[in-house]
Amino acid sequence: MSVVSVTTGPRRGWKSVSTWIGAVIVGIAMICALFAPLLAPHDPFAQDLGKRLLVPFWMEGTDPAHLLGTDQLGRDYLSRLIYGCRISMLIGVTVTIVSAVIGIAIGVLGGFLGGRVDDAVLFAITTRLSIPVVLVALAVVGLLGSSMHLLVITLGLLLWDRFAVVARSTTMQVRNLDFVAAAWCAGCSRFRILSREVLPNIASHLVVVATLEIALAILLEAALSFLGLGVPPPLPSWGLMIAEAKDYMFFSPWVIVIPGIALFVLVLGINLLGDGLRDAFGTHRTDT
Amino acid sequence: MLQFLVRRLIVALLVAATVMTLAFILTRLSGDLAVSIAGPNATQEDIELVRKAYGLDRPLTSQFFDWVGRAVTGDLGESYFFKARVSSLIAERMPITITLGLTGLVIALLVSLPLGILAAVRENTTLDRVVQMVALLGQAMPSFWLGLILMITFGLQLGWLPISGTGSWQHYVMPGIVLAFSAIPALTRLTRAGMIQAMGSDYIRTARAKGLSRASILLKHALRNAAIPVVAIAAVQLGFMLGGSIVIEQVFALHGVGFLAWESIGKNDFPVVQAVVLVLAVIYVALTMLADLMNAVLDPRLR
Repeated sequence: MSVVSVTTGPRRGWKSVSTWIGAVIVGIAMICALFAPLLAPHDPFAQDLGKRLLVPFWMEGTDPAHLLGTDQLGRDYLSRLIYGCRISMLIGVTVTIVSAVIGIAIGVLGGFLGGRVDDAVLFAITTRLSIPVVLVALAVVGLLGSSMHLLVITLGLLLWDRFAVVARSTTMQVRNLDFVAAAWCAGCSRFRILSREVLPNIASHLVVVATLEIALAILLEAALSFLGLGVPPPLPSWGLMIAEAKDYMFFSPWVIVIPGIALFVLVLGINLLGDGLRDAFGTHRTDT
Repeated sequence: MLQFLVRRLIVALLVAATVMTLAFILTRLSGDLAVSIAGPNATQEDIELVRKAYGLDRPLTSQFFDWVGRAVTGDLGESYFFKARVSSLIAERMPITITLGLTGLVIALLVSLPLGILAAVRENTTLDRVVQMVALLGQAMPSFWLGLILMITFGLQLGWLPISGTGSWQHYVMPGIVLAFSAIPALTRLTRAGMIQAMGSDYIRTARAKGLSRASILLKHALRNAAIPVVAIAAVQLGFMLGGSIVIEQVFALHGVGFLAWESIGKNDFPVVQAVVLVLAVIYVALTMLADLMNAVLDPRLR
C-alpha cells in the first residue's frame, strides 16, 4: 500500500497526453472488436496453402492483398489479428465482470460489517493469493477441455483478489464518514446504505482496478493460449497465434513479432488509460 | 511478539489446509478420474482395473483424508506417469525453479532499487516520468513473448546465450530477465513511493541540518526506511514468481517444477498436479510469513 505524491504542474500535461494515447489505443481496439467482420479484409479461418508465410508490407516481396502477410497455413494475418483483438477484449471484459462481482461483494461486506465477517474475508483473500493462478487455470482447462466459457469462469474465479482488497479498504474509509452516519440516523436500511451511499463513493477506485484487471486477464489468456490450454484453435487468439508461429520464428521473426506487439500495445493502452483515470478521480494507488 | 508469531502461524496452517482441500477438489473436477487415466481406448474392464489399482473406488472422503494424512507426513503419493514418488520428483526439479526464481528476484532488485531511488530523488522531472513509463512498459510486456524475442535476438542472431536447457549459469540469464520483468514495475513503484515518503520526514531534515552528505542521507537514512516494505514485498514477489515460472520454464525448456506440472496436466497425472499446487502455495504462505516477520522485526510499530 503506497501513497503517490500529489501531481503538480508539468506532470499533468504529460499525463493527459499519455491518457489520450491510452484512450485512442483502447478506442481502436474496441472498434476492431465490435466491427471485426466489417474490418477484416479476408476470412480469418480461410487457409490457402499456396500462399504460406507471405511477408508483411515493410519487407520485400510482399503481396498487397495481405498487408501483414499470412501465417503457416496461408491465413491472412491482418484478419486474424483483428479477430484476435475481439477475443482478447471479450475475455478481458467478461473475466473482469465475473471477478468484479465476486470481489466487490466480498470486499464491501467485509469492510462494511467488520468483525468475524471481515476476518473471513481477509482469510479468503489470503488463501486466494497463495494459489498459483497460472498453474490452477492450466489444470482446470487441461482437465475439463479448452473452451472460451470455461476460461472466462476459471479466470474470473481466480482474479477477484484485487477487487476485494480495494473494495474492502475503501468501504472501511467510507463507512465512518458523516453522510453514512446521517443515512443511519435517517433510518435507511443496510442495503440502501450499501447501494446508495457506499458503492457510489467507492466506484471510482473500482473502475481503476477494473482497467488493471482487464489488462491482466488479457495477458493471462494469451499466456494460457500460448501453452495450448486457453482458447481452442483455430480461433485467432494472439497467444495462440504466437504459439502456432513459434516453429517459424527463427526464419520469419515477424510471425511472432506482429501478434506480440499487438498484445503489448493493447495492454499498455489499457494501463495508460487506467493511470489517467486514477489521476482524474484523484484516487491513490492502492495496488503495488 | 510471540503472540503475533502464533497468530500468523495458525492463519498459515489454515490457509494450507484450505488450499489442500481446493487442490483435491480441483483434480476431481473432471468427474471420473479412472476414465481419464485409462485413456480413450480403454475397455470397461481396464477402467475398473485402474479404479482399483489407484484406490479410486473408495469414497471421496476416505480418499481425501488418506491424501491429507500422508501429505502431512511429507508423502505426496505416487505419480501415475513417471512411476515415482511425487515428493522425490518435486525435490529433483525444485532446485531449477528456485534458481530461476532467485535469479529473477536479484535482477528485479538490481533494476528496480536504483530506478526507484532515482525517480524519487528527481521527483516530477523528466527522469521520474521516464522511470514510471518503464514500469508501465514492463507491466504490459507478455513474458512468454519477451522470452521468444530474447531467444531470437541474443540466442540466434547474436549467439551470446544458450536458447534452452539448464547446463550452465548462462542458461538462467534470459529466463531470469524475463521473470524479473513481472516484478520490476511493482518493486520500482514501491521503492519510489517509500523514498519520497522517507525524504519528506523529520529525521531526514535533522540529518540535513546536521550537515550530512547527500549520499549518506540517501543511502543510510532514507533507503533504510524505504527498504522495509520493499524487502517484504520482494519476498512475496518471489512467491508469485515461483508460481508464474511455469510459462517461462516451458518457453526455455527448463525442467523445473513448473515444467513438471505442465507435463503432468497434459498426461492427466493428478497426484503430481495437486502436489505442485500445494507445494507452491505452502512456499508462498511461508514467504509471506517471512515478510510479515521481517516487517515486525524492522518496524516495531507493526507488532
